[in-house]
This record gives sequence, structure tokens and C-alpha cells, in this order.
Amino acid sequence: MSSRLINWFKFSSPATFYPLAGRLLPWFAVTAVVLIGIGLYMSFFVAPTDYKQGEGYRIIFIHVPAAWMSMFIYLVMAFWSALGLIFNTRLSAMMAQALAPTGALFTFIALWTGAFWGKPMWGTWWVWDARLTSELILLFLYMGYIALTSAIEDTRRADRAGALLVLVGVVNIPIIYYSVEWWNTLHQGSTINFRKESSMTTTMLYTMLIMALGCWAYTIAAALSRVRSIMLERERNSTWAQQLVAEGKA
Amino acid sequence: MLQVHQLSCMRGDRRLFADLDLTLAPGELLYVHGHNGSGKTTLLRALCGLVRAEDGYVSWHGQDIAELREDYARDLLYLGHKNGIKGDLTAVENLRVCGVLDGFPLTERAAWDALGRIGLDGHEDLEAKVLSQGQQRRVALARLLVNRAPLWILDEPFVALDVAAVALLQQVIRDHVAGGGLVVLTTHQAVELTEGTVKQLKLGWRD
Amino acid sequence: MGVFAWIVKRDLMLALRHRADLFTALFFFIIVVSLFPLGIGPEADTLRLIAPGVVWVAALLASMLALERLFAVDHADGTLEQMLLAPQPVALLVLGKIVAHWLVTGLPLVVVGPVLGLQYDLSADALGVLLISLLLGTPALSLIGAIGAALTLGLRGGGVLVSLLVLPLYIPVLIFGAGAVEAHIAGLGSDSHLYLLGAIGMVALLLAPLATAAALRVSVE
Repeated sequence: MSSRLINWFKFSSPATFYPLAGRLLPWFAVTAVVLIGIGLYMSFFVAPTDYKQGEGYRIIFIHVPAAWMSMFIYLVMAFWSALGLIFNTRLSAMMAQALAPTGALFTFIALWTGAFWGKPMWGTWWVWDARLTSELILLFLYMGYIALTSAIEDTRRADRAGALLVLVGVVNIPIIYYSVEWWNTLHQGSTINFRKESSMTTTMLYTMLIMALGCWAYTIAAALSRVRSIMLERERNSTWAQQLVAEGKA
Repeated sequence: MLQVHQLSCMRGDRRLFADLDLTLAPGELLYVHGHNGSGKTTLLRALCGLVRAEDGYVSWHGQDIAELREDYARDLLYLGHKNGIKGDLTAVENLRVCGVLDGFPLTERAAWDALGRIGLDGHEDLEAKVLSQGQQRRVALARLLVNRAPLWILDEPFVALDVAAVALLQQVIRDHVAGGGLVVLTTHQAVELTEGTVKQLKLGWRD
Repeated sequence: MGVFAWIVKRDLMLALRHRADLFTALFFFIIVVSLFPLGIGPEADTLRLIAPGVVWVAALLASMLALERLFAVDHADGTLEQMLLAPQPVALLVLGKIVAHWLVTGLPLVVVGPVLGLQYDLSADALGVLLISLLLGTPALSLIGAIGAALTLGLRGGGVLVSLLVLPLYIPVLIFGAGAVEAHIAGLGSDSHLYLLGAIGMVALLLAPLATAAALRVSVE
């Protein structure tokens, strides 16, 4: 059985994955730039003005993909963490750690753009809307993960402790989400839901999808680039890493 | 039978030992020695399953200890650098709690007896924190007298003990081995026990 | 007597021999709750409004404060290692420690919480709901907090770190705990909140000891 596993996990060895990630990285980076470029152009110049919200609504072309990514990246981290804990693969934890800052970034963007959107629409920077509150808590979860993994010096402990924390978090996210939703209805806060506020035209939908795909490509590119640095740092004493440095390819 | 298969352990990014193989049969004593930092404690902790090996595995009666878990723990007695006793509990209370945790609950009477035999007469119901280093070590070692686990893994058991206690402990270990038990131990002190026909394992490369 | 009961008994004995430690978290709780009227003003209407939230937030902070000691001493004297090597499921032993910890640090909050509610002019039945919500909610806090305490075991700045890990996970308990009292005051009935609080407690009871045991294995290595 173990020989089959070795085949499966061939790409989970840093020595194999490092050059592979290096080859994939430019493709995703270029795709990200192109898609986000097109998406932004469409957001500002092609998508029609919303009849109810005016021009201000255009911020949702960033806000919504960022909010999607912020939640999705946490799930991907949970996937890698589970994989790492079960099969004890080094790469999994590195992937989770490489994704965390991007996840936190998107969460922050979602919050920030939410506040920017809220000012003209609701007349206030911050509304204790269920979704915004959940995003805020998600940001705390990302912060906790990053703080924990960077506080532990021993990388193997950091990997496994971080993985456990992400799994605990992922079990809690639905509970947190529903409790916030419940709290929100009880307190009769803002009942305006800006994503369902107006019907979307086809152009709006395409713009949103292109932006979302652009964010995807960006996330993958950022994670690959970060995972390469993590690998090089951790494996600095291994032969493959030293060879790369000697050849000037690192 | 305790077996180690291709075991490698790291601390930080330093490899302590690699591809270690060894077998310990009932009635055998393994003396692990090597300089400071050669990985003796890490090896012992890996044998217990407290440390995850970088590579390889440890088996007990042919089964991976990571799968046996509690079944292995029942057969194992580990004594580390730390005594594993509570300063705020008396010697008797400590020993009884240890007994329960080890899976060999003992009566108050039996605890007093064991502490008497290890040389703690008159100190049985004192809080452990008022005892000396050597006496605290004796409380921890009293576990050996009341425990029927076949495999003992002892990390520096002779530290802080006086001559009489060292002799007593050696006798206890000898009896255990003679009775078909397995013992893995490290020590920096030269004791008779480690001379002669015992199995030896030397870690580290310099000496 | 089973090993679970022994662990509870041992930890209670240890707590009783260090009685000063017993009161730290409790006094913290009392002080924090008493500070709010000084910061906000003594109007009874305002105080009634914020009482459930204030008492619950203070309970969150107090139970978090007590977490640091949950495993730290056992880790230092080596008894934690021995627990991990015991022929019993580690999760069960961990649960024993959490139960003892709750009896020592959580139960006093449950008892004192309603008394502090008096400072806030809560009605008698609202105090009753507060008591029940604390009774259902604080065990969940101890259970969830144990995971954070295990993950940060032995780390420099562990106390601050544990708050960062644990407080976001406490939020549902806060929402349903304080919500129960608020709903009661608003005349909506607190049952659904209390049921949900109980449900969170059950989930935590099932999963938290397992996660804590796994975290301890990682941290003790």
C-alpha cells in the first residue's frame, strides 16, 4: 500500500512541487491580471448604471468576489489541513499557510468595500448587518490562525496546531454564521440586503463572474508564490534547495 | 517485543538520528547512551509515542504503536525527566493518582507499602513540594513497584538519587528484566546495571 | 471510582489547596461588570438594556482569563505527559480536567452572575433566565476554551494568543446567552435561545475534548 501512496504523493514532495509551482505561477499571474483588468473595465464602463443605487453599486463587483473568496479560501485551508493531518504530508500545511494571508486580505477587502458601499447607501460606514458581522468574525479567525502559526517556532508543531485550529474554525463557521443571522433578525437591524436589492442584468452577472475568476487566478498565483518561499526557507538545508540556490534558480 | 523500524527523528531542522533499527525481546535491557543532545530523550519519547517520528515507526508485538494507542499505553511505563507528580498532593495521593492513570489502581495501604519500600517512611503524607529532589524522584519511582506493565522506558532514572536508592532501583530493574520484562534506559551515571551483557545503543557521532 | 472521577477529584483537590487562585477569575468578573455603570451612567433604563450583554461579555472574558492555568501546571510538572500515556482515551481525561475547571471557575460565575444582575435592576425572572443561560453556556466556554489552551500550551505570549483564538469561537455562546435574557425582557420568551445554547453545549461536549486531546499531543511533542 505504501508504494501506491508514494505515487499519489509524488507532487506533495517539496523537491518536485517547487519547480512545478514555478512553472505554473506565471500563467496564473497573467490570467489574474488580464481577467481583473477586463473585469474592472467592465465594472466601470460597460455595466449599466443601477436604476435604484446609481453608480455607487459598482463597488459590488469587487465586494462580492472578495466575500466569496474570503469564505472559500478558508474552506480550501480546511481541506489542506485535514489532508495534512491524515496523511502527514508536509506540503499540505505549507499550502494552508500560504493561503491564509490572501484569505485575510480578501476578508479585509470585503469589509472595507462593504463599508464604502454602506456610506452612500445607508448613510453610515458600518452597519451590524449579518453578513458584514460574519465577515468580521472570519477576519478574526484568519488573524488567529496567522498569529498561532507564527507564534510557534517549531514548524512541525506550527503546521499541526494550525491545521487543528482551521478544522475547529470550519466546524464553527456555520454555527457562527447562523447565530449572527439569528441575532440580526432578533435585533431588527438593517433588513436591507444589498446583494438581492436589485435584479442583475446579464452584463452585471458576466462582469461579476470575470472578476471572480480573476480573483481565483490571483489567489492561486499568490499562494504558489508564497508556498515557494515557505518551501525554500524550510528546506534550506536540503540538497535540492541548495542546488537551486547554487544554480541561481531559486 | 518492541521493534523499531527505520526510525528517523528531527529536532527543529536538525536530524538527530536516521534509519534506526532495533529489537528488544522480553527479558532484555537496552542501555541507550550518547553525548548531550544526541537524541536519547527524543528516541525514548518516540518509543513511547509522544514524539512523532519524521520517518519509520515503532511496533509492539508486531503492531504499529500509533494504531495500538491505549493498548500500548497499558503495557508501557514511562518515566521522563519530569517526575510527573503534583507538588500540592501528598506522596500517597500522588502514587494513587499515578496508579489510576497507569491502569493499576491501588489501595491506600498498598501505596503506603510501596512508598515505605522505596525509602520514604515517615514522608508518605507530606505534600510532595516539601520533599527534596531525590525524595520526589523516589515518589515517581515508586510507580515501578506497583505497576505490572511489561515495558519500562526510563529516562535518567538515577538522577538525584543517593547511593542506597541507586542500588535499590538497580535491583528493581534487574528483577523486572529477570521476570521477563523489557527495559529501555538512559543514564549518565556509571552503574553496574549497564555493564555486562545488556544491549547497548550509542547515539551521536562524537565522543 | 473511574479514572474520570479521579481526575476531577484530583483537580478539585489541587484547586482547594490553592484557594487564592479560585477567586481571581471571579473577582475579575465582578469588577468588569461593576465598571460599566461607572462608565455609562446610573440610569436604570439604560442599565437594564445593557445588563445581559455586559454580564455575558464579562463572563466570556473571565472564563478566558482562567484558561491559561488549565494545562500549564500539568505541562510543567510532567503529569500531562503521563496523562497522554495513560491507557484511557485522552479525550476522557481531558474532559475530566475541563469538568473540574468549570466547577472551579465557571460555576462561581453562574452563582454570582444573577447577583450582579441586581446592580442592573433586572427583574427577578430575568435574573432566573440569566442564571439558566449562564448554567448552560459557561460549560461550553470551558470546553471551547480548552482547545485554545491546548494549542497555545507553553508558547510565549500564550495568554494573549489564546484570547485571539478563543474569543471568536465564543461568539455564538455570547449571542444566545445574552439573547436569551434580552428576549425574555422583550417578552419574546427565552426558550429557543436556551435550547440553542444547550445544543451548542452538546456539540462542544462531543467535539471539544477530542480536539483538545489532539492539540495536546501536538503541543507536548
